[in-house]
Amino acid sequence: MNFLNGITLLLVYQLVGEVTVRLLSLPIPGPVLGMVMLFLTLMIRGATPEPLENASSALLSHLSLLFVPAGVGMMSHFGRIADEWLPITLALFLSTIITMVATAGIMQVTSRWFARPENAGGQRDE
Amino acid sequence: MNEPVIRDIWVYLSTSPLLGLTITLVAYGLAYRLYLKSNSSPLANPVVTSVAMLIALLMLTGTSYEEYFEGGQFVHFLLGPATVALAVPLYQQFSRLRQLWLPVSISLVCGVVIAAGSSIGLAWLLGGSTEIQMSLAPKSATAPVAMGISETIGGIPSLTAVLVVATGIVGAVLGTKLFEWMRITDDSVKGIAMGVAAHGIGTARAFQVSSQMGAFSGLAMALSAFATALIVPWLVDLLGI
Repeated sequence: MNFLNGITLLLVYQLVGEVTVRLLSLPIPGPVLGMVMLFLTLMIRGATPEPLENASSALLSHLSLLFVPAGVGMMSHFGRIADEWLPITLALFLSTIITMVATAGIMQVTSRWFARPENAGGQRDE
Repeated sequence: MNEPVIRDIWVYLSTSPLLGLTITLVAYGLAYRLYLKSNSSPLANPVVTSVAMLIALLMLTGTSYEEYFEGGQFVHFLLGPATVALAVPLYQQFSRLRQLWLPVSISLVCGVVIAAGSSIGLAWLLGGSTEIQMSLAPKSATAPVAMGISETIGGIPSLTAVLVVATGIVGAVLGTKLFEWMRITDDSVKGIAMGVAAHGIGTARAFQVSSQMGAFSGLAMALSAFATALIVPWLVDLLGI
């Protein structure tokens, strides 16, 4: 029952998200809005209910599994991928590396810039 | 005498979702065991091995993707509630996040623009068609989001789903090596980069490193899904494609 309540809660938020996105024709996907709404709810409540905690950690601990059916979809695109394999593979590979390195670099530099004065607030006299 | 029976069973199985769903779970179970056996080597990423096993099996038995997806859709569907579930680690890491909101926002917006810009630019340089460029553009966002964006900007949503998975795998396999090479030790930095570049598959990998890296990666994945949906269509417009 516990786990079921958690899953139900997640589905309710997803449903509300999907409906809202369609009603207001927002440019974001329903589950993303559902996530924002759940986040705001947790902020207001100030605690995570146990069933929700269990359901979400169960789903997130095997997140990779959920991508498998989409990955198998590769088989219906073999032709397309074979035709343009060079731009597809190289652009995908390089762009992923560039994005990872650039984002890590920017985060590293900016968190030093902005986090320090705040953390060292009391020791400014040094 | 036996053959018609087997054929009947096969006809039943190939039209019911049971087989597609079961082989997905069995393949992933085997792939996950292999991954643990390899001492969690990122090269044995369970998504890669299970997708390879399933494609081989479907091709050998002459089963179409549509038939397989009758069952696979149940697993695929859970991507929705899993996206909502990201609110939980996000909430639990919120105090850390609040301290870092400015660097996180800057890295996130830059990361999303770089991810889309570099994939469009590289595909264009290498002679890829507009359709391919558009299918690649949202590849760093999580699957359901990326597919929606791909559709609005003129890509092929189902091809985007495949590219999203491939991107996640590249990120998950190379991420930790890249961070080592860049001498980055801070889990929040690693998590943000992983989530922005390699969405859920990267996040799954990040959770294996540490729960803090996982939470930051989940946060970055969630926020970049949001940012990608807002930025990429606008960026494509700006580039005049």
